[in-house]
Amino acid sequence: MAEVLLEVKNLTKHFPITRGIIFQKVVGLNKAVDDVSFEIHRGETLGLVGESGCGKSTLGRTILRLLEATSGEVWFEGREILGLSYHEMRELRRDMQIIFQDPYASLNPRMTVGDIIGEPLLIHNLATGKALEQRVKELLNVVGLSGQHARRYPHEFSGGQRQRIGVARALAVNPKIIICDEPVSALDVSIQAQVINLLQDLQKEFGLTYLFIAHDLAVVKHISDRVAVMYLGQIVELTTKGELYDNPLHPYTKALLSAIPIPNPEVKRDRILLEGDVPSPINPPPGCHFHTRCRYARPECSEAVPEWKEVNPGHFVACHLVK
Amino acid sequence: METKQRKANANIKAKATKPAQAVNLEELESLSYLQMAWRKFRRHKLAIVGAIMTIILLILAIFAPLITPYSFEELDLGNMFAPPSWDHIFGTDELGQDVFTRILYGGRISLLVGFASAFTAVVFGILIGSLAGFYGGWLDNLLMRFTDMMMTIPTLPLLIVLSSLLGGSVANIILLMIIFSWMTTARLVRGAVLTFKQQEFIEAARALGVSSGRIIFRHLLPNAMAPAVVSATLMVGGNIIWESSLSFLGLGIQPPTPSWGNMLSRAQEYIWTAPWLAVWPGLFILFTVLGFNFLGDGLRDALDPRSKLG
Repeated sequence: MAEVLLEVKNLTKHFPITRGIIFQKVVGLNKAVDDVSFEIHRGETLGLVGESGCGKSTLGRTILRLLEATSGEVWFEGREILGLSYHEMRELRRDMQIIFQDPYASLNPRMTVGDIIGEPLLIHNLATGKALEQRVKELLNVVGLSGQHARRYPHEFSGGQRQRIGVARALAVNPKIIICDEPVSALDVSIQAQVINLLQDLQKEFGLTYLFIAHDLAVVKHISDRVAVMYLGQIVELTTKGELYDNPLHPYTKALLSAIPIPNPEVKRDRILLEGDVPSPINPPPGCHFHTRCRYARPECSEAVPEWKEVNPGHFVACHLVK
Repeated sequence: METKQRKANANIKAKATKPAQAVNLEELESLSYLQMAWRKFRRHKLAIVGAIMTIILLILAIFAPLITPYSFEELDLGNMFAPPSWDHIFGTDELGQDVFTRILYGGRISLLVGFASAFTAVVFGILIGSLAGFYGGWLDNLLMRFTDMMMTIPTLPLLIVLSSLLGGSVANIILLMIIFSWMTTARLVRGAVLTFKQQEFIEAARALGVSSGRIIFRHLLPNAMAPAVVSATLMVGGNIIWESSLSFLGLGIQPPTPSWGNMLSRAQEYIWTAPWLAVWPGLFILFTVLGFNFLGDGLRDALDPRSKLG
């Protein structure tokens, strides 16, 4: 197994909920990410799936320190990064990049594509003048656009093309890891495949590591090596793609997988329908967060927080029922 | 079945030869935001009318000494209250001064006060608004409560008190205008900054290590400028009215320096005997404010990215 590139230890992000205008009082905590631990190996793609609002995006942004963590550690290449100073972090940003979900909101409408892709080169002193122009052209070619596009503005491109520009911007600094925050969720299905193939090609070409956040299980299955399943701010199961899809252990994972449409009407299947809504992360249920919707819930589930344990080699799950 | 397949293949091939289309796209001109705005502006009739009105006024004010043969202080006591004629196209006043000349020079003062105060107030408003919007938290609270406080102060009474304390020099009037007109811009810019701050391109910039200053100036302000430009334009008109009001009350620009406001003030006494003394400055105030408002409305539509190129 390849070396560990990024390690997240007990990462927690709580958003305080405040009342009052001048004298603010914390009246609650939104536990968006709650005690999450996992590793990403160099060169792999770790998929991160979960329902809307389960904290996937917050987790990604906290790792990049776009949000400051409440507690926990993030180790990148043997360095703890949550404690780094602004300047150390700025240097490190060349190694860690992000691609966003919304191809319309993620590009500054007042900058040309060349300026957008050139900005990281400029601020990190990677290139100037002619060399910068040349590098921007290269990057555009790498993501399947033409060098001529550098003079255009984002509104002149389609969603898929814009997403390619976002990818080129992230690639500009030669990152080691890219956090893909639902990079294809906002795209048409036909375009999704193109962008995913592009991401896979780039991974091979530049040896990139991805944390691929998505809610589409089919997409995650296609691109990931390992998959982590998140529910209400916690990772409930993490294992290789094959193991997860063939032998899911956590009841939540089972329910999610049973919801993947199978394009064959003849196949009979048991869909596990989850009842009720996702509870609010502001006051998550005690014990196992999932017990309110779990068909197998036992008394202990609402009392004790399930332990994060390795049931098979490389297969982690947090559930009282799995021994 | 097989023909269908072949057709499909042909389709795929047709799509694969996309570069041809891309080349065509290159030939189309690429429109920047400002070019788009200019196109929209050009099609906005009222905006063009407003622009022409303001340009005429600017030309009259800037080239005043070339346009009129008289000086604004020149008295001709033998020719008082002359009605409009070829020598004095707007007539003369109670001191025999040429009204047209005084209108032109008064326009210089009014436009100077309007532009200088609006420009400075907008710059100040942008500063306050972007700081409050970008940093948020207690700073936002502090700056915005201060802004609210300034907005709730009844402007006219305070202007009257302050201008009588400071005296009615042009610089003082400009200063007073600035103090009382930056608030709307600050709130508009704060709102715009707040909206754009949430967008992912700002997060992308932060993820790339772009500094806060650069984020504000390169990413946020260019996007938040539209409301500021519009409010600046409308503010020029608004501040000219304020200046005229103060001068009318005798607290603004002091004679012999002409201003449309103090001309109106002096004209009150003669409204029945020499009505042109009141009509001309009144018409010019109307014309100016209307021009700037039309221009502002046009800019608002042109700079709004949601309005389509009609």
